[in-house]
Amino acid sequence: MALISESTYTTALDLAAGALLLMAVLAVWRRHLRTLIRLLSLQGAALAAIPIVIGTHTHDLTLVIVGAGVLVLRGGLLPWLVYRMLPGEKPLSDRESFVNVTASLLAVAVLTGLAYAVSRPIVALDPTPATRAAPAAIAVVLTGLFILVTRRRALTQIVGFLVLDNGIAALAFLITAGFPLIVELGASIDVMLAVLILQVLTGRMRVKFGGTDLDQLRQLRD
Amino acid sequence: MNTLILLLPLLAPTCAALLVATLGWGRITAGATVLAGVTVAVCGALLSARATHTAVYAVGHSLRGDAVAAVMLLVIGTVATLAGWASISYLEAELRVGETTTARARLYGTLINTFVASMALAVLANNLGVVWVAVEATTVSTAFLVGHRRTRASLEATWKYVVICSVGITLAFLGTVLLYFASLHAGPGGHGLDFNVLAARAHHLDPGVTKLAAGLLLLGFGTKVGLAPFHTWLADAHSQAPAPVSALMSGVLLSVAFSVLLRIKAIADAALGTTFMRAGLLTMGLLTLLIAASLLVAQRDYKRMLAYSSLEHMGLIAVAAAAGTALALAALLLHVLAHGLGKSVLFIGAGHLQHADRSTAIADVRGVLVRSPLLGAALAGGLVALLGLPPFALFASEIGMARGLSAAHLGWPLGAAFLLVLVAFAALVNHGSAMLLGAAPDHAPAIHISAMAAVPLVAGLAGCLALGVTAGPLAHVLTSAGSLLSGGL
Repeated sequence: MALISESTYTTALDLAAGALLLMAVLAVWRRHLRTLIRLLSLQGAALAAIPIVIGTHTHDLTLVIVGAGVLVLRGGLLPWLVYRMLPGEKPLSDRESFVNVTASLLAVAVLTGLAYAVSRPIVALDPTPATRAAPAAIAVVLTGLFILVTRRRALTQIVGFLVLDNGIAALAFLITAGFPLIVELGASIDVMLAVLILQVLTGRMRVKFGGTDLDQLRQLRD
Repeated sequence: MNTLILLLPLLAPTCAALLVATLGWGRITAGATVLAGVTVAVCGALLSARATHTAVYAVGHSLRGDAVAAVMLLVIGTVATLAGWASISYLEAELRVGETTTARARLYGTLINTFVASMALAVLANNLGVVWVAVEATTVSTAFLVGHRRTRASLEATWKYVVICSVGITLAFLGTVLLYFASLHAGPGGHGLDFNVLAARAHHLDPGVTKLAAGLLLLGFGTKVGLAPFHTWLADAHSQAPAPVSALMSGVLLSVAFSVLLRIKAIADAALGTTFMRAGLLTMGLLTLLIAASLLVAQRDYKRMLAYSSLEHMGLIAVAAAAGTALALAALLLHVLAHGLGKSVLFIGAGHLQHADRSTAIADVRGVLVRSPLLGAALAGGLVALLGLPPFALFASEIGMARGLSAAHLGWPLGAAFLLVLVAFAALVNHGSAMLLGAAPDHAPAIHISAMAAVPLVAGLAGCLALGVTAGPLAHVLTSAGSLLSGGL
């Protein structure tokens, strides 16, 4: 006897995946750093909901515990690490992104369509409610990449990287019901260390360049 | 015994890292660093004697030692030994002129050992997910090594390195997720990411999903190899990192990432046929060769020149991997080993030049052979080796790869690759002779190479020469690695 009915399960999964994508789209739209970090935290919570819902449905306690861990890491710890970098930020001399808001949102719409197209073989192989939500996760991955390449500020690039990573984690939960625990753990530690390194580098950048405008990184070229 | 051979390459550098972290960088801990490198190489040699036909496993099925792992351990171990040894005089010189502090030297020693341990894990882990974690760990452990000199340029290089490699490798993680998904639906039971399980299930993997996965894995691990289109971090990072670190990154890290690609290719070929990965590898390999050759021609910085030369060799082995025959793959692995040795000698030598002339511009370095016959001869020898001239091993491996390509009826990629290698050849001869030959300018500072500092230069060249004269006992492990990779693991 399942704890929740099949239709509630499907709705819950779709809601979580939808929220995940919504936060990514809002992150493309909004430019304020404080808002971006709040969106990142909410996205982490939406991501954590996925393993918790699947775990509850399949009576898999490990998955629920992993979900709780994800909530702490991606809903709390990682956004907090980015938040701690805020105080030294100064407004940029030029606009924040290479692409304006309207064009960005259009691009995200195209990317979402692309995500649905490329994930056809995934859904075809195993058409369960969870796998059907996979295109949303892939759309989040592409949106994260888009944020990463179009924004000029170091801090926003970190946010883009984390959005991208959230998308991949969501896909892993949706289509494989989670990775072997050792891989999951190792991957989380690696991501956290990468963010910590970028944080240190951002600090050094403020000292050397007086800001975190990535446009200043043009000394090395051929 | 098998357990010991597979565990020691991970434990020895880890212990050395802990030792440097607690005691700081000094005579004893530097010795431990060199010893850790030697241990990895010895384990590689022992493994190549044991695992020629079947793979051996340890710690359940977590670690897998096969012929490919044996060759890669030999590459990691020998270059780590050379780089560890070269670090002694490198850090001494930096500390003397106040370029670095004892605290930073401690960090350097800790990270360089962690780096070696992560590379050993990347070639020994049986689970593709763990391999991914290990490869990402190499980025994490080398970030502050690239940023060891706290200049604007090194900060810029570090930022680009961490961001591009992390994003690239994240794409590989996406591919890993998809491959796991395909594997779960191809057979019963867990361990769907273990190489032996993947190889056994390869024929039942869903082609659509596997194609998506293999493409992403190729792009992702290709980033770490330095293959186009995500090659842009490579020259920046290699030119800014301390010379021994550049030697490790260029000589080993790139090929460790490539060895992962070779394993993925073996599985993808069994699932999809050879055309898919062949097309991907040929495109990326030839594009990389084109970029490397054209940027070598007008290069003004000798460390960037060496970095682009590595890019050229990685492009070349990607083209050779596309052939996929046992001969081409065995020659490719010999190439990886010989390139690792030759490139280490050149990067370590470049470190001495940088300390003497305080510049990395080709135009600022003149008459090296006159100023220091030893360093000049070592650099000239290294260049001749990298150019693929006899009697060095890269001559033999390049002929082997060419034969493999023509056997696979890949005549036009072979021709295109040959042309591009020729352009790179001319550029390297041109820049190299300008730096080495001719009279020394009057104001040029003397280059002093101590006996200690000469050891890795001479040893590296001797190794590359010996491999060229005879592959000796290695011939056997190279051929079995080739047939393993061409036969679906």
